[in-house]
This record gives sequence, C-alpha cells and structure tokens, in this order.
Amino acid sequence: MNLLSKIANSTKNLQSSLPSISSFFFRGLSIRVGGVEIPDNKRLEYSLQYIHGIGRTRARQILCDLNIQNKITNDLSAKELITIRDEVSKYLIQGDLRRFNDLNIKRLEDIQCYRGIRHIQGLPCRGQRTKTNSRTLKGKRVPIAGKN
Amino acid sequence: MTRSLKKNPFVANHLLVKIEKLNMRGEKEIIVTWSRASTIIPTMIGHTIAIHNGKEHLPIYITDRMVGHKLGEFAPTLNFRGHARNDNRSRR
Repeated sequence: MNLLSKIANSTKNLQSSLPSISSFFFRGLSIRVGGVEIPDNKRLEYSLQYIHGIGRTRARQILCDLNIQNKITNDLSAKELITIRDEVSKYLIQGDLRRFNDLNIKRLEDIQCYRGIRHIQGLPCRGQRTKTNSRTLKGKRVPIAGKN
Repeated sequence: MTRSLKKNPFVANHLLVKIEKLNMRGEKEIIVTWSRASTIIPTMIGHTIAIHNGKEHLPIYITDRMVGHKLGEFAPTLNFRGHARNDNRSRR
C-alpha cells in the first residue's frame, strides 16, 4: 500500500511537468486526492473513504465543513476539487499516518513494556482472550498433530 | 476509565518517600518494590527499581520514555516457554 502511494506521488509530479503524457497514461483512472485515486463513479462521502485516515465520520465532516453537496465524484468542478484537496491535506493521512502509528508502536517495543512485548509476539495487547479467536493477529490456524 | 487529573498520577507513598530521599542525597541504589500499580513519574528517571513479578524482583532501569507507564508493565508475570512437546511417539 505504501509503495502504491509512493507511485501515486511520483506520478503526481509527472502530471504537473508533462500534462499530455500523464493524462494519456492515466486515462482509465480517476481523480486523485491526497496522493491516492478515488473512484469517480461513487458519491463523495464514500469515495473519500478510499483515503487511509478518512472514515465515515471524517468524510461527512469534510463535506459539512466545505458546504459541498454529496454528488458523484465525476461531477466535481475543478474549483471544488482544489478546496477538497486542501481540506484533506489538513488531516493526517496515508503514509504520514502509517509512519506516525509505526513510531508509536516502535516506542512501545523499545521500552520493553507489556504492550510492546505483545506487539513483538504478534498477539493482542489489550487483554483479549487468546485461547480462541484473535485470529486477525495470529493469522491462519495451524493444525497440530494428535489434537482433535 | 482514566484516572481523574485532579488526583494526579498514583504513586505508592513509600516509593515516593524513598525516591525523594535518594534524590535529596543524590544517590543511586536499587529500590525494591511490590507496588506494580505505581505510575512512573519524572523524578524516577535514572533510578533502578526492582519490580516484583510475583516471584522475584526484576531490576529495571527507568528512562525518560517510560514516564506515564505503570511499573508493572515492565515486569511480566507470565513466562510462556512454548507448548510442551508431545512425547507419545517416543513412548511407543
């Protein structure tokens, strides 16, 4: 995902320098906000949620703050697009957000506290049960011979 | 639920007195404590505190990044060494 956003960023630079080539290259893809493409056949409230760091609440909040109607992304005027880009860039999104989270986890791991140790072990660190469930962190079940 | 800010972070009284005494004299020695629930406060930085894990006291050197955590977070009470090996096959 990180790589994707990097590519998106680099292509963004390309677009500014070589408009004709990049527009040809990206004809099939949609509008770019905050370094990622958002689908143009969906309403704004939902297409904004394709950005990492913007969920249901924040997408609605952005529309509310800007007083923009919840229309299909394709129908946006260039002016509205710019205001949306400015508004989105105020939040901590995409790579910056991931880096911020990683730093916080790294701090916990460095000071060797309980939560950091659980992160290293790949187990839940908020006291959930691990006898069953917690499959998100533990990954796919591994069968153990002779245990049926 | 978080603790009320009005009350300030919890630190066991005996621990607080000990640390203040050491700070006054400017000494460093290992403080043995059973109080795992005490919060680490800035005055503890640089001291070594031996925290009880239910069996023994583990000496932990307090750094500035640990401030705000509880002492108990640094002395794990469980020691999981992996699952027991199944010896059924060797017995047969």
